[in-house]
Amino acid sequence: MVQLKMLTAGIAGVVFSVVGAAGAATLDEVKSRGYLQCGVNTGLPGFSAPDDQGNWRGLDVDVCRAVAAAVFGDSEAVRYTPTNAKERFTALQSGAVDVLSRNTTWTLSRDSDLNFEFVGVNYYDGQGFMVPKDLGVSSALELDGAAVCVQSGTTTEKNLGDYFRANGMELRSVVYETSEQAVQAYIEGRCDAFTTDASGLAAERSALAEPDAHIILPEIISKEPLGPLVRQGDNEWADIVRWSLNAMIAAEEYGVSSQNVDEVKAGTDNPEVRRLLGVEDKMGEMLGLSNDWAYNIIKQVGNYGESFERNVGLKTPLALARGLNEQWTKGGILYAPPVR
Amino acid sequence: MTASAETQMTSRRRSLLQDERIRGLILQILVAAGVIAFAAFIVHNTATNLARQGIATGFGFLGNTAGFDISQHLVEYKLTSSYGRAFLVGLLNTLVVSACGIVLATILGFLIGVARLSKNWLVAKLATVYVEGIRNIPLLLQILFWYFGVLATLPSVRNSLSLGDVVFLNNRGLYASWPIFEPGSGLVAAAFVLGLIGAIALRRWAKRRQDRTGQPFPIFRAGIGLLLGPPLLVALLAGLPFSWEHPELRGFNFSGGLRVLPEFAALLLALTLYTAAFIAEIVRSGIQAVSYGQTEAAYSLGLRPRVTTRLVIVPQALRVIIPPLTSQYLNLTKNSSLAVAIGYPDLVSVFTGTVLNQTGQAVEVIVITMLVYLTISLAISIFMNWYNRRIALVER
Repeated sequence: MVQLKMLTAGIAGVVFSVVGAAGAATLDEVKSRGYLQCGVNTGLPGFSAPDDQGNWRGLDVDVCRAVAAAVFGDSEAVRYTPTNAKERFTALQSGAVDVLSRNTTWTLSRDSDLNFEFVGVNYYDGQGFMVPKDLGVSSALELDGAAVCVQSGTTTEKNLGDYFRANGMELRSVVYETSEQAVQAYIEGRCDAFTTDASGLAAERSALAEPDAHIILPEIISKEPLGPLVRQGDNEWADIVRWSLNAMIAAEEYGVSSQNVDEVKAGTDNPEVRRLLGVEDKMGEMLGLSNDWAYNIIKQVGNYGESFERNVGLKTPLALARGLNEQWTKGGILYAPPVR
Repeated sequence: MTASAETQMTSRRRSLLQDERIRGLILQILVAAGVIAFAAFIVHNTATNLARQGIATGFGFLGNTAGFDISQHLVEYKLTSSYGRAFLVGLLNTLVVSACGIVLATILGFLIGVARLSKNWLVAKLATVYVEGIRNIPLLLQILFWYFGVLATLPSVRNSLSLGDVVFLNNRGLYASWPIFEPGSGLVAAAFVLGLIGAIALRRWAKRRQDRTGQPFPIFRAGIGLLLGPPLLVALLAGLPFSWEHPELRGFNFSGGLRVLPEFAALLLALTLYTAAFIAEIVRSGIQAVSYGQTEAAYSLGLRPRVTTRLVIVPQALRVIIPPLTSQYLNLTKNSSLAVAIGYPDLVSVFTGTVLNQTGQAVEVIVITMLVYLTISLAISIFMNWYNRRIALVER
């Protein structure tokens, strides 16, 4: 019932918080507090999960660390708030977290109606299905009448309905509050299939007792651009989070990594890289940060490619290929705007 | 003006404050003003905060298309239905599991409560073990036990246990044949209602006659006859206007007939067993509250034990039993929201889960849900209070 407590706390935040000076700047708040409050997943291997020493690790966690590195020059100045799908938005709305970096799909209604601002995409995903091998199914279109286990409170639930409706298939969904419960019910045979984002499927499958007894169906039934988001209305703060992510992507494009950033900073002639690393011009000050903001991110967190390989890449249990999440120069759609 | 007049004035003023009635009135006005001010502050604050954060408000979202599936729906619900419809489905699911739970827990609780007082040592001890065991284990744990520990171990769909070709049991639920009503079945229902009215009228008449003349009437047998006779007769005359729909394995799952989801079964089992343990204790204490002298008095009048229980002990025990029983009914209803742990689509799971998340209307959704639970609880309270007044001792 931790989730419910969070939810009520969030609502209480809306109901009780005294109407004060309209939204003090988030950056000042974060600075005076001395650490960043970042909303992450309660546990999704590769994206955000505590490691065996209790440190949060993952692709989404690296966004939090990058923002902390940009603001404080210290990627560890973060306090993580694990949120489930249901309570994450309330946590951000009520100000319990400054950034939500929790494999959250960027959609129109979340951008407008919930009054959030998505600042970018750190993983291009899509929803898929996992089924036991012995079910004898090789395509999602054969799932007519199947029972599907799904986690509540996500776009997944609606995509599932839309996909079955569009293909004229009968759906029997069983909705659980957490991903763990949905997976457990799937393993125990309550459902024929389990559905979530393809990256999540890979993560859950890697954690099963017998990963090889399950297959992920080839159909990707939705677009799920996952990215960090902030409250709307503080554009300065949104810019900082947006460019922290962009700095990681741009660094990979220019071949700057945590290994070589010092040499590059000392020796490069590339004006774009010189601006990024704060050798030339004053990009950091424009954001309200110090000029070595991007240097700190790259030095402490690494570029996007490093983060990807470390957390979800082919050498990890998730073994995800770069696919769409490759640089635009290499056939993917990652494309950071120029640092000018 | 003399000093004595002044003292009179102050003493009157003092007496005004010392007057218990007036002091009480002033206090009440102060408290009421405080409560109203607090409520106004909350409403104003919420509205201002929501406006400041730019969050859309209002109940218009209830008309939007929901687009998600709900595994158990008592009324028609499709993927194209609205959020309002999803709310109704969730509400009905909560009501049906609560109502079934209340009926079953009451029956089981009364049986066990009586069993605890049994003169049979084994029966009494078994009932004690049940009560002490069940009510000391957290309910959520019991729900998870029944769901993941027991029902999940049933065979898979393709290896279903079956009884004839009429009932199938597997880890996706219980499937059974179910009658389909054809034209003409309305008449049968009408005959049943008429029989019911007749039975109630007969009971009143029999009671009045017994009060007047002392002659008993075999109301139980006559009542059963009135309830079953007319519908059976009409059904035969109309040529049995029913047909059976049998469950059939189509594709991945059974379709057709009656379907009881394992989520529903696990929740109902846990709620029933858990609440029955508390009801048993209430029943036991209620019966023990009737002094043994009453029993002895009844025996000395020549009443047999069974009649003594029915006419002397139970009516007096009920006075003690009903008020705490009401709290147990309220508890059961509110506990049904633990359904969210095992994927039973009750109001909390569907409405404050999926709908809240898809629409983001947290304040509205939570307010509606709280009002619903409040309404259900108040309705149960009102009914039970009415019943309590009806059975209260009438002194003549």
